[in-house]
Amino acid sequence: MASDAEQGQLQAAPESFLSKDLVENISRDGINPGRRSLLQGAFTAAAASMVAPSLMADDDPDIVNLPTWTRSLGKPVVANPYGQPSPYEANIVRRQSPGLTRTDQSSVSFTPLQNLFGMITPSGLHFERHHQGWVDIDPRRHKLMINGLVDTPLVFTMEELLRMPSVSRIHFLECGANTGLEWGNVAVPTVQYSHGMLSASEFTGVPVSLLLERAGFDRKRANVLLAEGADGSSMTRTINLENALDDALVAYGQNGEMLRPENGYPLRLVVPGVQGVSWVKWLRRLEVGDTPWATKDEVAHYVDLMPDGTHRQYTSIQEAKSVITAPSGGQKLLKQGYYDITGLAWSGRGTAEKVEVSVDGGRNWRPARLEGPILPKALTRFHCDWVWQGEEALLQSRVTDSTGYIQPSRAQLVAVRGTRSIYHNNAIQTWRVGADGEVHNVQLG
Amino acid sequence: MSSWVRATALWLCTMAMISWAATLPEGLAELGRPATGGEIAAWDIDVRPDFVGLPPGSGDVWAGEEIWLAQCASCHGDFGDSNEIFAPLVLGNITDEDIATGRVASLTDPAVTRTTLMKVPTLSTLWDYIYRAMPWNAPKSLSPDEVYALVAYLLNLGYVVDDDFVLSDTNMAETQARMPNRNGMSLDHGLWSVSGVPDVTGSSCTADCDVAVTVTSSLPAYAMNAHGNLAEQVRDWGPSPGLWTATETGKETAAEPEQLAAANAAVEAAVAPEAALNVGGCSGCHQMAGQLVGPGFDAIRTKYAGKEHAAYLRDKIVNGGAGVWGSMPMPPMPTVGEDALQQIVAWLTSGEE
Ligand code: HEC
Ligand code: HEC
Repeated sequence: MASDAEQGQLQAAPESFLSKDLVENISRDGINPGRRSLLQGAFTAAAASMVAPSLMADDDPDIVNLPTWTRSLGKPVVANPYGQPSPYEANIVRRQSPGLTRTDQSSVSFTPLQNLFGMITPSGLHFERHHQGWVDIDPRRHKLMINGLVDTPLVFTMEELLRMPSVSRIHFLECGANTGLEWGNVAVPTVQYSHGMLSASEFTGVPVSLLLERAGFDRKRANVLLAEGADGSSMTRTINLENALDDALVAYGQNGEMLRPENGYPLRLVVPGVQGVSWVKWLRRLEVGDTPWATKDEVAHYVDLMPDGTHRQYTSIQEAKSVITAPSGGQKLLKQGYYDITGLAWSGRGTAEKVEVSVDGGRNWRPARLEGPILPKALTRFHCDWVWQGEEALLQSRVTDSTGYIQPSRAQLVAVRGTRSIYHNNAIQTWRVGADGEVHNVQLG
Repeated sequence: MSSWVRATALWLCTMAMISWAATLPEGLAELGRPATGGEIAAWDIDVRPDFVGLPPGSGDVWAGEEIWLAQCASCHGDFGDSNEIFAPLVLGNITDEDIATGRVASLTDPAVTRTTLMKVPTLSTLWDYIYRAMPWNAPKSLSPDEVYALVAYLLNLGYVVDDDFVLSDTNMAETQARMPNRNGMSLDHGLWSVSGVPDVTGSSCTADCDVAVTVTSSLPAYAMNAHGNLAEQVRDWGPSPGLWTATETGKETAAEPEQLAAANAAVEAAVAPEAALNVGGCSGCHQMAGQLVGPGFDAIRTKYAGKEHAAYLRDKIVNGGAGVWGSMPMPPMPTVGEDALQQIVAWLTSGEE
């Protein structure tokens, strides 16, 4: 008979076996010798009622010996005024890739895609990319200015922005440099580092088109927008007016609450389908213009080097891409049998129409099951049944988007763009499953 | 810049396709107020490639060098060539030929480190960026004249201008014509517009496809632990837990629960004051162990164990200073909040591990 002590669990005595009268007595008079013996009696009775039944060979002790949590009083409300994940989930956090950046303020932390479900990233696990650290902004003192080619340059307070008609939309947010470490060769072990500059949230805010309309922008000459942050870097990026008028938002909400500071509290730009650097955080200003600004992150970075030595400038759209998140690199299949191969697919030009999965390195493909809702410029979760019988396997996924664009293999992508462009690597990812069940990041050729 | 004209024309076409509903809900016109001239001047500091937005002023290479050594060299190196805090801004690798053609030839050479000056096509960008964001730890503290001088100095380091060069709002355009990579950018791609045409296409083959399936690249065993122990980075009770990559031999096995528990405990003990240091911007120059720009915090904590040092350190952090660890000055850090300062000083003087 396995006792709690044998299982190494320390256990608080249950409180509820004391009679109400006794408790009142004790709290009034304290414990005197007479009451102490009464108490002891109560303990003995409680202990007797708790004796575990005998355990048979096939019995699971966690079922037969009721665990602590089934036999004790739980914690009170607002023990955590802002809820926290279970302590058993402590592994699932944002992480840095050692050596990727030289400082922690101009750096990246990656989303743990390997263990997330569905199509939304919990706000606290949304990847981070800052250029000059992140800041805590007082929303009462934060303003949004709209100027440039407008009738009236305007200033909005946060209070005013929250009064305006708002929309909530689910969109993915992917850094242009996501998977950038993998252009030349395999460089990182897990999907967190290879694809984790990817998140998706429900964003709430005011359509940019409404704000531009309010300011009376110059329809004839306007062509681009400059978005500018209020942090030390005052990050600036040129936004295509086509995107801005179509579906861009000045957002304050993320997954039902305000934006997290690391994600731009209290205001950020949302430019669906466009790379993350354009979603300027801590947004303080939108300027309407007629020619691009060639800002630092449009000339020295976020430019894609081609084999002939030219850089492609203003590469913005995130083309269709997919990745299997589980099983994925750095994991181990402990048993043979059924696995749900699952992953994410997305496109900056529309919806993920079709996802196919291969377990033999791309020789044969079968359709995956897409989970709804399938939304434009959002993440779509896919699943594919797989029975693993201990054989070696090469797992891949391939998305086709609503424009008919098919995600390229690494060989197809590299044939055009070479291996030095850093940005916009949307190649098919391969995970090799060994006969020992170990899953490793590999590239094929 | 003919490519600009072409691209602009293309963008205007896509604009015309947008159907536009121009009605504002009633009452909305009362939200937002006109911006004042002073407000616009305070925020609208951007400088475009055609130099719209550039304030008047000037600065020469010598003045630039002086400011550089005092305010920039600690992170970027005396010659802008340091790789410590950020990638090199300039290395002496730009040729006369590059300046003549406006194309940096060595960009095709994978062995050559790509510096900022090798990439940047537009002079306005350097001006705009330094004015808005540098020095990194005290952005927006430079005057326009100082920025002109610093840009002149950087160009001089790259052999784009001579030692006696003076850069000003009146010769920016002329100087632009010498930018080494001014013709190095291409807008000929489909990634600017949602309706752009892709340059790469995948295959629709679904059966017996003719593809190579030989593994050509994977992580070598010694690199498996370079990102830390993977067993601690994956849900440890799920169907496919993380590989244990932290053993001395580098041998990978699935994680054992005791190993996980021990590793988690170690992580918890090491987390204490980093938030304050990060928010204060200290970690740009100091790391936990070993010299970076400033001394490692391990050395500082050993040297200043004991409450009696608190007042001195507090003063040094707020007001800066040099000469204790070397000639490199620590800049004043007046913006560190009181709470963070107290936390940092308490930790620095606490003497415990
Ligand atoms: C405390 C360290 C630090 C100091 C001091 C500093 N910089 Fe920087 N600098 C950086 C970092 C880090 C970046 C990269 C920022 C980013 O990732 O966006 C940078 C970026 C730059 C860039 C753009 C390079 C590129 O390729 O993106 C220029 C130009 C520059 N600094 C110039 C200067 C000048 C001029 C000064 C002095 C007035 C200065 N810096 C002082 C840390 C520093
Ligand atoms: C731009 C680089 C830079 C930044 C940012 C920086 N430091 Fe320093 N720090 C230095 C240098 C260089 C020294 C060595 C100065 C000397 O030799 O006197 C130093 C020295 C120190 C010392 C030792 C002082 C002494 O007299 O022995 C402390 C403590 C310290 N820094 C704390 C901080 C803290 C806390 C922050 C953030 C609030 C910070 N530093 C930010 C560069 C920096």
